[in-house]
Amino acid sequence: MTTAHAEAADGTLPHEPEKATLEGRNKVLAFWLFLGGEAVLFGTLFATFLALRNQTNEGPSAAELFHLPLVAAATLLLLVSSLTSVFAIQAMHRGNVAQLRNWLLVTVLLGLAFLILEIYEFSVYVRHEEFGMTTSAFSSAFYTLVGFHGAHVAFGILWIAVLIGQLLHKGLTVVTAPKIYVSAMYWHFIDVVWVFIFTVVYLLGKVG
Amino acid sequence: MDWITTVDHKKIAILYLWAGGLFFGIGGLEAILIRIQLIKPMNTFLDAQTFNELITMHGTTMIFLGVMPVIFALMNAVIPLQIGARDVAFPFLNSLGFWTFLFGGLLLNLSWVMGGAPDAGWTAYTPLSGKGYSASHGVDFYTIGLQIAGLGTLIGGINFLATIITMRAPGMSFMRMPMFAWATFITSAIILFAFPAVTVGLVLLTFDRILDANFFDVAGGGNPVLWQHIFWIFGHPEVYILILPAFGIISEVIPTFSRKRLFGYSSMVFATILIAFLGFMVWAHHMFTTGLGPVANALFSVSTMLIAVPTGIKIFNWLFTMWGGQVRFTTPNLFAAGFIPTFTMGGVTGVMLASAPADFQFHDTYFVVAHFHYVIVGGLVLGLFAGLHYWWPKMFGRMLSESLGKWTFWTFIIGFHLTFFVQHFLGLMGMQRRVFTYLPNQQFDTLNLVSTVGAFLMGVGMIIFLVNVFLTSRRPADAPDDPWEDGRTLEWTIPSPPPEYNFKQTPLVRGLDAFWKEKMAGHKGMTPAEPVGPIHMPSATILPFLMSVGIFIAGLGFMFSRDEFSSSIMSFLFNNYIVTALGLLITFGSMLMRSLFDDHGWHIEPEELEGR
Ligand code: HEM
Ligand SMILES: [Cu+2]
Repeated sequence: MTTAHAEAADGTLPHEPEKATLEGRNKVLAFWLFLGGEAVLFGTLFATFLALRNQTNEGPSAAELFHLPLVAAATLLLLVSSLTSVFAIQAMHRGNVAQLRNWLLVTVLLGLAFLILEIYEFSVYVRHEEFGMTTSAFSSAFYTLVGFHGAHVAFGILWIAVLIGQLLHKGLTVVTAPKIYVSAMYWHFIDVVWVFIFTVVYLLGKVG
Repeated sequence: MDWITTVDHKKIAILYLWAGGLFFGIGGLEAILIRIQLIKPMNTFLDAQTFNELITMHGTTMIFLGVMPVIFALMNAVIPLQIGARDVAFPFLNSLGFWTFLFGGLLLNLSWVMGGAPDAGWTAYTPLSGKGYSASHGVDFYTIGLQIAGLGTLIGGINFLATIITMRAPGMSFMRMPMFAWATFITSAIILFAFPAVTVGLVLLTFDRILDANFFDVAGGGNPVLWQHIFWIFGHPEVYILILPAFGIISEVIPTFSRKRLFGYSSMVFATILIAFLGFMVWAHHMFTTGLGPVANALFSVSTMLIAVPTGIKIFNWLFTMWGGQVRFTTPNLFAAGFIPTFTMGGVTGVMLASAPADFQFHDTYFVVAHFHYVIVGGLVLGLFAGLHYWWPKMFGRMLSESLGKWTFWTFIIGFHLTFFVQHFLGLMGMQRRVFTYLPNQQFDTLNLVSTVGAFLMGVGMIIFLVNVFLTSRRPADAPDDPWEDGRTLEWTIPSPPPEYNFKQTPLVRGLDAFWKEKMAGHKGMTPAEPVGPIHMPSATILPFLMSVGIFIAGLGFMFSRDEFSSSIMSFLFNNYIVTALGLLITFGSMLMRSLFDDHGWHIEPEELEGR
């Protein structure tokens, strides 16, 4: 079995450092599998939401509640952050550590901005619209689905932040590269889920 | 300490075995108590509440904490060996999976001493499992305990998938893989796609109970049938998570003791895949009487019956394997042979239940109880016994006693049929399940007595098995590499128990039943696929244990977050989610440690390998 440190020692990294070791390849593969499981998780949450989205129990409905410009802004932030994470991986494949670090940083900041908008949105609903977890089946489903996604974003931010720290500390090696690659996969996944949330929760909620 | 920090798949297998055995014992005691209560009409041995708690915990414990870990034990012990690998893909995660399972199981069982066990049935149907009908913390222990344990299962599933995809020895194509490895592969795929659904279901139920959400509460706009859908979208595939590994075991044991290759290997593979696929399409056969309408019932009825086709293929292939073989009835093969007719009977009642109009008659009677015990005990548990007796020498280096093994077999299987065969008739005569007693003179009395006697006989079988294990553990570990002499697969080419690196040199696989093939060609062992070199090993670590402790604490904290305590310190700690946060801090802190401090593992050098 080739070991990680032996290869990194001679200074030159292979073109795709995330797949240079068996451990790295395993990690990427397992992460694809994990995302398959996550897809089922969100699928179940979406199904729950769709089943309950009109059960407003005399509380506010989607059409009364949602404020599309705010959500659109959040969407934009998240979509761009996906793009910047692509730039990060491209920089990694070029072996440019400084650029990699910067793009990861931008990604994290965009994610953070998204999260702040979401927290603001929730707080408006709770304070001014009297729309909390307990209001209706619709509200429970809404907060659970969107909140789960938000928790994923928060976890992603923490994770990538730790990876940036690791990158500064240890540099780009065949050990750190798979982690960074995998975190980018995760970030894209979150983004895709959000596109569905935007459509199914917000647009559909507004239109009918 | 060694056991807490180990990342060696063979040791983790043993941990799974002990933990699973412990829970199996608890579940067994619960079963005995249930059967004592039902021994005669109008019995007052237990009250209704305790009875409800016992059936709930019995079902839950057996399925999630009893048999699943034993399956995982065998997979962990055998799969890397069978595919010629030195370990699983992620040894660290392997250990994490075990500890989360164990702490989830402990949390669930704490309910017995912390104010009442769950009492809504192992299916936890809403609104019965809602706060309105189940006000103690019992169901919270259920949702949170299973959540934590389920996490471990999911981790294990992903780990086996990755292991089997990337770490097979050179020459072992998928179509040369042993059937048990195939079964593990498909089972893991089902776990991956089924467990996240129940994860969500448990979260929703937790939120309903602890955060007053309205998912299943009709008054708030919720829908109880939603729970049934989510539960069974997970629950039916779960049945195949349990039975496919048993199929895998039987497919290993029968060829070995028939000295013949498995009949119809490729049809076995495709039947396994087909069963897994169909397993996802049939969940609503548990809901015929819920009122889904005739169209849905018809579709689910037909798709359920379809599963009988690939299953039948398997049964016939096993029979054809024995046909004309030099069959030896060792203990493992006795269990395997006992499996075939018993499981088939469970399958036949399954097809009966799949007929929607008939199910309106059978539903929630002892007919259903008889059916799933024929499948789960007559199928899976017999399969596990076969596997345990078969691989015990490989796992522990000691042969179990054959004569005690045969005693185990006969008492267990006779006890089993006594217990559950009569329950078919009890069900057809109208005895309801999950009811804590029944009236005299409905012709239920004698059959219930028979059933209870059978249950005790099964218990005797279990005790003989434990005695066998105990006596064996005191004998010297002298099992040969290939103790059954007719081993066909790679695990029999290395010492019993295997050294921690499994294979000194990765073997070269030249066909299905790799070892048998070499034996037939007159070779003593496998041809190595690599020169002897240093072997890279992962280091032991306490972090998976700590992470699981953290989750355990967080779970308890969340569960009691809305309680009123007599002491103000306790209220402060719990009501402000401080306990929860502390638990999560331990978990995330351990994750951070894992991330920040790289662990390159260590090497075993060639001199050391030769020295042995
Ligand atoms: C070994 C001896 C066993 C005996 C004597 C036994 C007995 C029973 C009895 C009396 C019930 C209650 C039926 C009812 O009123 O609904 C029951 C339920 C159940 N058992 Fe077993 N059982 C045994 C083993 C197992 C095993 C090994 C499993 C699973 C691996 C299992 C899974 C279940 C399940 C899922 C239920 C349904 C619980 C419910 O519907 O709430 N049992 N068993
Ligand atoms: Cu089913």
